[in-house]
Amino acid sequence: MQFMLLFSRQGKLRLQKWYVPLSDKEKKKITRELVQTVLARKPKMCSFLEWRDLKIVYKRYASLYFCCAIEDQDNELITLEIIHRYVELLDKYFGSVCELDIIFNFEKAYFILDEFLLGGEVQETSKKNVLKAIEQADLLQEKTETMYHSKIFIGFKKAY
Amino acid sequence: MSDIVEKTLTALPGLFLQNQPGGGPAAAKASFSSRLGSLVRGITALTSKHEEEKLIQQELSSLKATVSAPTTTLKMMKECMVRLIYCEMLGYDASFGYIHAIKLAQQGNLLEKRVGYLAVSLFLHESHELLLLLVNTVVKDLQSTNLVEVCMALTVVSQIFPREMIPAVLPLIEDKLQHSKEIIRRKAVLALYKFHLIAPNQVQHIHIKFRKALCDRDVGVMAASLHIYLRMIKENSSGYKDLTGSFVTILKQVVGGKLPVDFNYHILLQVLQKYILLLYLTMILTISAIFIFLSLAILFECVHTVYSIYPKSELLEKAAKCIGKFVLSPKINLKYLGLKALTYVIQQDPTLALQHQMTIIECLDHPDPIIKRETLELLYRITNAQNVTVIVQKMLEYLHQSKEEYVIVNLVGKIADVLVLNTVDTYAPDNAWFIQTMNAVFSVGGDVMHPDIPNNFLRLLAEGFDDETEDQQLRLYAVQSYLTLLDMENVFYPQRFLQVMSWVLGEYSYLLDKETPAEVIAKLYKLLMNDSVSSETKTWLIAAVTKLTPQAHSSDTVERLIHEFTISLDTCMRQHAFELKHLHENVELMKSLLPVDRSCEDLAVDASLSFLDGFVAEGLSQGAAPYKPHHQRQEEKLSQEKVLNFEPYGLSFSSSGFTGRQSPAGISLGSDISGNSAETGLKETNSLKLEGIKKLWGKEGYLPKKESKTGDESGALPIPQESIMENVDQAITKKDQSQVLTQSKEEKEKQLLASSLFVGLGSESTVNLLGKADTVSHKFRRKSKIKEAKSGETSSTHNMTCSSFSSLSNVAYEDDYYLNTLHDRGDKELKTFSLNSELLDSESLTELPLVEKFSNCSLSTPSLFADNSMEIFHPPQSIAASVAKESSLASSFLEETTEYIHSNAMEVCNNETISVSSYKIWKDDCLLMVWSVTNKSGLELKSANLEIFPAENFKVTEQPGCCLPIMEAESTKSFQYSVQIEKPFTEGILSGFISYHMMDTHSAQLEFSVNLSLLDFIRPLKISSEDFGKLWLSFANDVKQNVKMSESQAALSSALKTLQQKLRLHIIEIIGNEGLLACQLLPSIPCLLHCRVYADVLALWFRSSCSTLPDYLLYQCQKVMEGS
Repeated sequence: MQFMLLFSRQGKLRLQKWYVPLSDKEKKKITRELVQTVLARKPKMCSFLEWRDLKIVYKRYASLYFCCAIEDQDNELITLEIIHRYVELLDKYFGSVCELDIIFNFEKAYFILDEFLLGGEVQETSKKNVLKAIEQADLLQEKTETMYHSKIFIGFKKAY
Repeated sequence: MSDIVEKTLTALPGLFLQNQPGGGPAAAKASFSSRLGSLVRGITALTSKHEEEKLIQQELSSLKATVSAPTTTLKMMKECMVRLIYCEMLGYDASFGYIHAIKLAQQGNLLEKRVGYLAVSLFLHESHELLLLLVNTVVKDLQSTNLVEVCMALTVVSQIFPREMIPAVLPLIEDKLQHSKEIIRRKAVLALYKFHLIAPNQVQHIHIKFRKALCDRDVGVMAASLHIYLRMIKENSSGYKDLTGSFVTILKQVVGGKLPVDFNYHILLQVLQKYILLLYLTMILTISAIFIFLSLAILFECVHTVYSIYPKSELLEKAAKCIGKFVLSPKINLKYLGLKALTYVIQQDPTLALQHQMTIIECLDHPDPIIKRETLELLYRITNAQNVTVIVQKMLEYLHQSKEEYVIVNLVGKIADVLVLNTVDTYAPDNAWFIQTMNAVFSVGGDVMHPDIPNNFLRLLAEGFDDETEDQQLRLYAVQSYLTLLDMENVFYPQRFLQVMSWVLGEYSYLLDKETPAEVIAKLYKLLMNDSVSSETKTWLIAAVTKLTPQAHSSDTVERLIHEFTISLDTCMRQHAFELKHLHENVELMKSLLPVDRSCEDLAVDASLSFLDGFVAEGLSQGAAPYKPHHQRQEEKLSQEKVLNFEPYGLSFSSSGFTGRQSPAGISLGSDISGNSAETGLKETNSLKLEGIKKLWGKEGYLPKKESKTGDESGALPIPQESIMENVDQAITKKDQSQVLTQSKEEKEKQLLASSLFVGLGSESTVNLLGKADTVSHKFRRKSKIKEAKSGETSSTHNMTCSSFSSLSNVAYEDDYYLNTLHDRGDKELKTFSLNSELLDSESLTELPLVEKFSNCSLSTPSLFADNSMEIFHPPQSIAASVAKESSLASSFLEETTEYIHSNAMEVCNNETISVSSYKIWKDDCLLMVWSVTNKSGLELKSANLEIFPAENFKVTEQPGCCLPIMEAESTKSFQYSVQIEKPFTEGILSGFISYHMMDTHSAQLEFSVNLSLLDFIRPLKISSEDFGKLWLSFANDVKQNVKMSESQAALSSALKTLQQKLRLHIIEIIGNEGLLACQLLPSIPCLLHCRVYADVLALWFRSSCSTLPDYLLYQCQKVMEGS
């Protein structure tokens, strides 16, 4: 996979992940062109596009478009399934996910994506395992956070 | 923008509020992102892009201040990072934060580190310089005991890591392969996969560890390792054959339900694609109905696999069924993939397209342009002479609608490909259509199309087909259509199109009777004065005017033009105008310089510029410095620099400095002297420096590649069998008319379209046969074609239920195939023999039984075609017979002249009484041409005499004992002539005639001709390296050229071997990456060749005493290197 983009129906970029090194200018150009092309397509049209020398696979979930670019020998249906699984993961994690969850917690969405896809390839196919890994990391995070708070609290008490 | 917010709000009631701390699941994690939240909300509330920009800039400047302030805590930093990522995503530059992201990853505790790593992986790319700062952090985290830290480090490594720092972390990651946690193992495998992608040789030594990963007890790790194997097997499929067993085991487990069904198995399948595992494929094809969506993806891969491996009928059948499932699916995505699969398989199995033709027609009018495009792609693959008009029309329709440049380029390329690029079998049915279609293509895609297209088009026009009158008509039509196009006012054509027009008008306007060249010039002049025409096009136009000027009588316009453009600011234009001006003053010279219709003829160019010798000598005698080619000057410069470094006084005149020294100074100085093309006055110094000869060749300067004209452009184009097509068309229309009465009108149109699209499909081989211009199998062809057409017809009307018919056409197809191969064989035998000296007779003898075998197997085709086979197989048999005769002849000859290599027999002419074949015998001192005359009649021939016409470049002498007063019935006699060359050339023709008297005293005469190549006169020159050195210095004519080598001959030795075999050069010595070769042109003109290899480029350097020989030899070398 070359890159993954998430954008809204209004053409606002919500998430971008690039698995190939490209310049910022290039990225912006690609994003702009792709968003335009995909948004111009009608709902009944097929989810695959041939764009430049890449294949684009996109799918719309509510107001959000998930769009992946794959190479010629990759399978479109698999990519569609990858998108779907990512959405399922987000859904499980946030509990019936909506666009706003992704807007306000986009770094979480990135974390999940990194657990699921790594370097453009599927890392873990089992949803359970991905979520487990995320939860583990979150748990640690919360622990340190609470420790941090309690330290402050202790420090606070000591000051008194 | 505000209405958008409203929409979002109505769509997701209440969620907006939930983001306030304390509400809903999303808000639980939103505690720290309150500032991000306000930023996001702020942006969403804005109405214009401008305001957004202002807000973000404000935000960025405040962030900049915060991150660089020393008082900022890591926790705040983390929060800032998130906001920076957000700003960057919106397209604003946040590069000031990159370094802080790295710092955060380095210093922060777990959760800050996590955000830091994320920011790094989002901000930076592989070659970013700041990434080096991250290496230390990664190494530290990899060694950490904390699982999460290791995970994060591995994650970032497998996303971005500088290639040169891989060795620093490699051992650590290798250790992680044995980690107890599967998640770590999995990530480590993926990190190594990433390394394998960016620096394959660095991970070579741990391939054995990947094997362990493949056998890992955890599914995830195993699946991750498949990525690596897929990549490695793609690169080198034979190296991992032993793993097939493991792959099969995994696949079995999946199929058997022991492993969870996962989509990683498509990778496995791709891996297995390399190893043909029919059994398991069959299994999968049958069971795959179980899991719905994923299985379809796998199914798709299977179909691909089935068609890419060695075909097996039962598998093909199943795959065809699967494709059917895809194509007929109401789901658009599957339909698209079905079309793709069809496109893929159509060349192998055109009958599938017949089955699905109605679906294809529907897709052709599909509202989704992507589907439409894919359909066109499919049609493009099945284009043949009969359906080309319809398909190209569809393509043009699409072309007019599409705006995306990439699509236009692609489509224009395809149309042109159908029409022009494969000059061997263009499908264009007639001239007018051809030119008009090309006009349409040029006017739509003119400026974006590949430059090859106009070039090929022009070449096609210039070189023409077989038929000269047809060519003239085509050109005439082109000229006429361009003139009408130019007549139209206010129409702008793309520059490329104008260039094509101007070339054609310049070259072929003489074909017009009524329109005098002056009028054409006037039109071109009008274009020239147009401001919208680019200066490149203007030069084309001026060139056209120049060509037309000698033909024009009055030349007011030309004078006006000269007047305008000699003061042009564009130097190029001025140059052209001056040329025109001076030529215009001498019309006779102009006429001889620009002859009519000679664009295809090669110009004889004296490459050594020998006519300037006098001028050069004069200059030299007046004290001018001798000319040094560019590469020499460069070398000199280089060597001077280097000599100064090594040995300050070494360059001066001590000759001892040259002997055996390795420094480039000696090398280049020597070659400077020897390389002078004006050889005056420097010979005496040459003799002094003979010791250093072996190292004479220094670094070579860049030389622009010469246009190598390939002379072997076969202009054989098939002439469409109009009558046949008409027959078929009539049959179709008749049938249609009778059948469609009951059908709706729309249906009828579609059916018509289908029949026109799929006509001739499945008989692709017959189309090929058309090109071979032999009359042998016409009858059969006609039949089969009608049959095909019928089968297409019936299946279209019966909606592809007619399975018996498809099998029938299959058989027909098979038949064709046999016929085709037979013809190939026959043609090969009859074809003019190649220049290749290695074609020994034993080859042709072994081919003979093959031919017989073929006719045997084709005779055993189903009895259904018994009547046909009678017709078909006669001609091949006769061919076989004649071949047999010839080769026996050749073998009889072989006995006489076994000590020399000789060519195959080639029949040069024949009639009912005699046939003449010729051989070449490459003797050491000359080329011996042998014509063997066979008397086929039962009568005696008297005073048979063979004479050779005197030819320009050859000296032909008759060998004694060849005069034959009487030729007995059914006997063979041979005439021998030795041929000497007088002047180098590339290709020459030797022609002559044979005359004889029959018994009844009427005399007959037969003419024939034989092609001779320069190579017939090249012999190896066996000399020592020392002699080579001496000779090298004494030759003044040199030619240098770089030739790209194909992969098969990448090594010097193999490249030289090719040269030795094909060109009969003698390899004197190979020193490192340099090689010395020598040959002589008979009778005794030596030519030396020095080769050097670097990367995949072979630098050739010829020297000879003859001025033109190096050029010709270089041409042959290029041909050989490209051809092999």
